[in-house]
Amino acid sequence: MSPLTRKLFRDLWRIKAQAVAIAMVIAMGVLMQVMMTGLVTSLDETRQAYYDRYRLADIFAYVTRAPEPIVADLRQIPGVAQVETRIMGSALVDVPGVDAPLQAQAVSLPDFGDPRLNDLYLTDGRKLDGTRPDEILLLKGFGDAHGLQVGDTLAATMNGARRTFDIVGLVQSPEFLYTIAPGEFVSDDSRFAVIWAARSTLAAAYDLDGAFNEALMSITRGTDPAAVMDAADRILDRYGGRGAYGVADLISNRFITEEIGGLSRTSGSVPLVFLAVAAFLLNIVITRMVQSEREEIGLMKAFGYSNWQVGGHYFELILTIAAGGALLGCVLGIAAGRGMVDLYLNYFKFPFLVFRLDPSAFVIGVTASILSASAGGLFVLRKVFALSPAVAMRPAAPPDYSRSGRFGAAAARFMDQPTRMVLRRFTRQPFRMGGSVVGIAAGLALSTAMSSLLANFEYMVDVSFNAIDRSDVTVTFTHPLERRTLFELERIPGVIEVEPVRDVAAILGRGVKTYRGGISGLGVDSRLYRALDANERPVFMRSDGIILSTGLASILGASAGDILTVDVREGRQPVVDLPVVAVSQSLVGAPAYMEIEALNRALGEPLRVSGAYLRIDADQSSQIYNALKDRPNVAGVSLKSDARDALVKLVDEGPGNMRYVMALIAGIITFGVVYNAARIAQAERSRDLASLRVIGFTKAEVGFVLLGEIGIVTLLALPLGSGLGYLLTFVVAAAFSTELYQILPIVNPANYGTAILIVIVASALSAWLVKRDIDRTELVLALKTRE
Amino acid sequence: MIQGMAMTETAYSVQKLRKIYGEGEAAVHALRGVDLDIPKGEFVVLLGPSGSGKSTLLNILGGLDRGTDGDVRFMQHDLAAMSDAELTRYRRDHVGFVFQFYNLMPSLTARENVELVTEIASDPMDPDEALDLVGLDHRSDHFPAQMSGGEQQRVAIARAIAKRPTVLFCDEPTGALDSTTGRAVLRVLKDVNERLGSTVLVVTHAASQAAMADRVVHFADGDVREVIVNETKSTPDEIEW
Repeated sequence: MSPLTRKLFRDLWRIKAQAVAIAMVIAMGVLMQVMMTGLVTSLDETRQAYYDRYRLADIFAYVTRAPEPIVADLRQIPGVAQVETRIMGSALVDVPGVDAPLQAQAVSLPDFGDPRLNDLYLTDGRKLDGTRPDEILLLKGFGDAHGLQVGDTLAATMNGARRTFDIVGLVQSPEFLYTIAPGEFVSDDSRFAVIWAARSTLAAAYDLDGAFNEALMSITRGTDPAAVMDAADRILDRYGGRGAYGVADLISNRFITEEIGGLSRTSGSVPLVFLAVAAFLLNIVITRMVQSEREEIGLMKAFGYSNWQVGGHYFELILTIAAGGALLGCVLGIAAGRGMVDLYLNYFKFPFLVFRLDPSAFVIGVTASILSASAGGLFVLRKVFALSPAVAMRPAAPPDYSRSGRFGAAAARFMDQPTRMVLRRFTRQPFRMGGSVVGIAAGLALSTAMSSLLANFEYMVDVSFNAIDRSDVTVTFTHPLERRTLFELERIPGVIEVEPVRDVAAILGRGVKTYRGGISGLGVDSRLYRALDANERPVFMRSDGIILSTGLASILGASAGDILTVDVREGRQPVVDLPVVAVSQSLVGAPAYMEIEALNRALGEPLRVSGAYLRIDADQSSQIYNALKDRPNVAGVSLKSDARDALVKLVDEGPGNMRYVMALIAGIITFGVVYNAARIAQAERSRDLASLRVIGFTKAEVGFVLLGEIGIVTLLALPLGSGLGYLLTFVVAAAFSTELYQILPIVNPANYGTAILIVIVASALSAWLVKRDIDRTELVLALKTRE
Repeated sequence: MIQGMAMTETAYSVQKLRKIYGEGEAAVHALRGVDLDIPKGEFVVLLGPSGSGKSTLLNILGGLDRGTDGDVRFMQHDLAAMSDAELTRYRRDHVGFVFQFYNLMPSLTARENVELVTEIASDPMDPDEALDLVGLDHRSDHFPAQMSGGEQQRVAIARAIAKRPTVLFCDEPTGALDSTTGRAVLRVLKDVNERLGSTVLVVTHAASQAAMADRVVHFADGDVREVIVNETKSTPDEIEW
């Protein structure tokens, strides 16, 4: 081992605490990068493999009722590889021990053989026997949530008729990776079932003998899906086609796509902050080391070591710390990624999800760490090169404060000497001090801004369940009914209030922009379900036009006064032009609203309702659910309390954990910056501090001279970090908003309080560690060394 | 606690003082049972080669370090029995230090370096008066980086005397200086001794400086070899460099 290498290891050992603090900052950045890109790769590749292996369709087309022979026409569309038809229907299932009827989707499988498209992954039991009409396969997630197993029975109401089925198998499906009940915000395994039954069974149940209501198509490679969808729409239009859509619009797939998108965006930005802070820290630490070792550097040069050899020695030190941090980050990233995969399996029901480390993530993480560290190191190299042996071996002149240390006489009068010493550190090295302030502020800002996502969830829960939807129960009918049906609901004992809703599927368009969604018709003064503006004031329904949510308005690029083309995909499928009359605040999805009767008039179906919002007496809920279950026209009953509980649970389990991650971010960055700043201040001034002790200053007074600097850096970082965090909140909100969720830039004072507290604690901890060392300093030794 | 102590002619009384660094085979005996009395108000020079123990003794008398065993008294107060806080108080109120490498605060001007001490001392002189004593009143607004070594050392002396110390300790005060500036520094020390009545202890290995002392303590191998009381003293200007 060469002497320089040995010196390298000893130097590392000497500054181990600082090296570890910096390596941790780098490790955090690389951890996130490796974990997130790994998750992106894992989710993306697993999804693709799953879709391919189980032949998920490329195009989905829902119709009211189409005769089976029409399949031949669909097969003729150029580029279509496979066509499968099936029957989809909504159902209510009864689970023992659960009062409310649960919503379910019934999906048909061919009576004989495997489906050509959208095959299933059988986890337990066996496939359907085509000769037995009472058999079903059940989505595993729902089965697990209720302890239903192969051999159990399940009662389901389809089209008003109730029957009992035998569960012969539990399955997972690429089509239902993420399940969400119609009209709800979040996935809840226990409240939405998918059951698969033989085609003949469902044909009988939904009155679709010899017909189908959904066509699935796969296309050959290189085919333009849009052209195929257009062709399919032309064929299916007269059978009540709702408009074909691609796999990208499949709800389950969209949730995964958005999750992957969020991970990619975060992995591209957050780790950079860590690496920048680490580069800054490495720079100041190694610069300091070069300063204190100027005599050694002069000696080495005098012995004949070249500039590059000496510079390379210090560069190696930087690279060792950077590489160490990066490797640690990779290892932790893999571990965290594996943990996250298990968490993801709770939401996305893959049959398998193995955390796959994308080799490029590793390469990018390590390279970025080393590059950013090197950037910090270049300045150090310059310093080493600039030292001539003769100059280096003379003691350094005292640092010159003559140009930077002058205060106004007025200001100086109020300051004692220790205060001046503290403040002159700032005026003499404004960039280093500024860097420390910005570094801590960056950690604080990152922490608070990311926490705003969490605050947003809490706000969403609050507004969605206390301000927008004030009902207790939402009832969905199997098809639009006469409005007087609501009187029957009102007569159920315990029902206090009933309000109508008419939901229609529609494609809303403005110019070339279109959105496949729907319009909700509500009463003018609807009280149980309301559209709200940004200030949470109700937006009243209007007959003369449509009210867009902010989410939809931004998708379509529309504002009040614009005319939208509304292509209604229900009933007689009218296409109407409607003006936008107002924009309401939306949190989830991209809804559009209209006064219910105006909507019905546009549809040519007066006095129809597709569902109702109910306010009920909680004491009689059981009886009310039973009464609703028995009504043939009821397709779904959704309880607000269940929906809210599901959302709260989801937030607590998933994003809620982000609290701890964000606290860690603020803590580690602050500790890294403050500890290094304190260590360097201590090293640079150990002689000054010892002199002060000798002159008669107490430990506390000396502590002030050293730690006052850290205190000021921290105090300056708090408002700056809070301000940056506030601005970053808007950036994060914009970056994370999707079609499915609108993230509002919500500032939660509690999050700021927590982050600030963490910064202060981390700062105090590093100050304490350094102070402990000052107290132990042997005065005599400090005086003898010449610095 | 040190205030109001009985007047005595002896500033320091040292008996059987030993200082051992390290343990066992590696133990270094820096002081091997020193007995020494230093009268109040004298100019005392501690002479001896490197490693003879003179700086160790100075550090113990100055309250920067403690002996391993033995008795050290400052005007009848037991330094060995003092806590860290009491030693700090002792240094603050009674002791002035001048170091070989000056140890000025680079971020404070000459006057501010002096004020550093006058702010915490109980009966300080005016900072400008202290700088005037060392002949540097015209440079009081300069930072250390703007001054020569001799000037920095004189600021250090001004800082040490501004509190009107009972004792002034100087560890190789001229070690880093040339003869002209070195003599100037010695003149100031002499002046302080005579005008303020402070006891001055100078550690040096320059034997020629012994000529200006009231009392010369010769050190060798961790013990006092010889104490010489000068009947006639030279002036700093007569000293050979």
